[in-house]
This record gives sequence, structure tokens and C-alpha cells, in this order.
Amino acid sequence: MRSTNDRYTLPAIALHWLIALLIIATFLLGLTMTDIPGLTPAKLKYFSWHKWMGVTVLGLACLRLLWRLTHKAPRYPVDMPTWQQRTAHLVHALLYVLIFAVPLSGYFFSLAAGVPVVYLGVVPLPVFIAPDPQLKVLLRETHYALNMVLLGAVCLHVLAALKHLVIDRDRLFQRMLP
Amino acid sequence: MFHSSAAKSIRWTVLATICLALPVLAATLKADPSKSKVTATFKQLNVPVEARFGKFDAQISYDPAKPETSKATVNIDVTSFDLGDPDYNKEVLKKEWFNAAQFPKASFVSSQIKPSAGGKLDVTGKLTIKGKTSDVHFPLSVKKDGASEIFEGTLPIKRLTYNIGEGEWKDTSMVADEVLIKFRIAAAAP
Repeated sequence: MRSTNDRYTLPAIALHWLIALLIIATFLLGLTMTDIPGLTPAKLKYFSWHKWMGVTVLGLACLRLLWRLTHKAPRYPVDMPTWQQRTAHLVHALLYVLIFAVPLSGYFFSLAAGVPVVYLGVVPLPVFIAPDPQLKVLLRETHYALNMVLLGAVCLHVLAALKHLVIDRDRLFQRMLP
Repeated sequence: MFHSSAAKSIRWTVLATICLALPVLAATLKADPSKSKVTATFKQLNVPVEARFGKFDAQISYDPAKPETSKATVNIDVTSFDLGDPDYNKEVLKKEWFNAAQFPKASFVSSQIKPSAGGKLDVTGKLTIKGKTSDVHFPLSVKKDGASEIFEGTLPIKRLTYNIGEGEWKDTSMVADEVLIKFRIAAAAP
């Protein structure tokens, strides 16, 4: 079996795992905090943390896109079927779109709800839109729907990576390991 | 033209009407809720959030010529506090926040109004929220807009003075003690 020795660059690897961990944590925190009934200090804290984490993902996503645009990703193994290469490309593109779209939809949802985001409780971030109850409902649903798409895309991504690790054993998985 | 005595009597009538009308003009103005706004801005984890009191009434007696005779009474329906979320609106009526079941109204009653620099007024009065009364002091600006007088001002208060946020909510690192009450009241003679 042919394997590829090309690896991702260290910054690409670092950004990949950092964003992955943050996305999982932010996603789980999002589910947890919206499950807390009523109004508690913990709930307010979690909402703030969730937003800070989301903004961090957005910032890292910008760095990552810049890095990706200026650096080539290693090629797929030559014996990888074309449909798999195409699908992998598609899912990667979708993931790139979502690491921007998910935090942005959350950010605008917060603004529409009349709650600006103050990063780490210190840096007030720009307010682009005024509070808007109708837009708030729409953005809440958008944020949720995009997260479900993200969940699906991440599952596909992880399953495919595991397939390369366990079944194909083409060392494709290892290219993204530090 | 009029006979001179008729003209005289008309003049007297007009003068009498003006004299009678003047105190009425200087008397109580009533707020027009559609053109008025009362909000409270608080900070949670340093995030400023503005919420609006939808229902309130204000009686203001104001004479531009003698501002020191002015008086103002404002009653606010705390159950109308709108944070932009129906669930949170219900939460803040609970015992640890407004305790609206026991104290449905907040009120302000002026005790002294005097002219200050820049055409503003200096207002002192008693603010009552959640059954706790405290003296407050704030600058008020007044301007005319058609038939209404627009009274505008900002009054910083400390929420804990009025016991707003009890128990775990006393923690001011979560919700800051300082709350800014901003108001714009358009009032006209009824």
C-alpha cells in the first residue's frame, strides 16, 4: 500500500487541533448552558464563556484560512479513489465555511438579542446591528441549524480519518499528528 | 369697530383668561408614553445590557419661568421590565430581583428642583424600588418640542441599595452594582 510522507506544516497542525478542541468544548457548553432553566449566575457565566470561545474559534479560523491560502495541503494518496478525494475536498470546504459561519451566526444572534460581546470581559467587540426580536429568532435558528450541519460534517470527517487510520493504513491520518 | 366699553370688557376678558390659564399651563404635565422612554442599563460580566420599562406614568408640574417650583412624580410598573426575552422577563420579577408580587411599582418623587449651569435643572428626590427608599440626585435637561416638554436625564443607582439581586446575585462581579437609569419623558398639558 502506497503511503504519503507529506505532512501538514506545524502551524496547520497546531491550528487544526486547537480549533477542533475549542469547537467540541464550545459546542458542548452551548448545549449545556441552553439546558439550564431560568436565570442563574452559572448560566450567565457559561453564555459569556461560550461567546469568548466562539470568538476565539473565529480568530483562529482567520489565521487558518490565511495559512491555507498561502500554503499547499499535502496531496491525497494516489490510490485513493477519485470519489473519495472529491468528497474529502467537499467536506473540508464545508468545514472551512462552518468554522466561520457558526461563530458569526452566534455573534449576530447575540447582537440581535441586544447583548454585545465583550471578549474575555475586557474588549468590547463591534456592534454591527441593533437589537431586533424577529432577526433574533431567525439567527437563533440559523445558529442551531449550522451547528447541526457542523456536527454532521465533523462526524463524517472523523469517521473518514479513522477509516484511513484503521482500514486503509495509508498514514494519511498521521500527517495531521503533531 | 367696537364701542370703547365693549372693547374694554373684551380686553378684560382676555386678560382674565390669560391669568387663569397661566397657572393651568404651568400646572401638571402628563407623560405621553408613546414618546417617552425609561430604560435601565446594567453590566453582566462587563457586558452592557439595556432593558426597557414599558409602563410608567409621570406627572410633572413645570414652569419654565420658575423652575424651582417644579415638582415631579414618576411611577414605574416593574412588571413591564423588558430584557428582550420572555423567560428572563419572568425571572426578574421573582423575589431575588424586583419581587414584583409584593412591590409592583417603583417610584420617584422630587423633593427639590433648582436651576443649574447650562440651562439644566438639578433634581433631588426620593427613589423607591422594592420597598426601599433612597435619596437620589441627578441633572435634568428640559427642551421644548411642539406642545410637549422633553425631560431627559441619566440617574446612576446602585442596585444593592434597593436589594435588587439577592442571594447569589449579590455578587457584583457577575452583575455590576451600578445601574444607569436613562429616561426621556415627553410631557404635555392634558
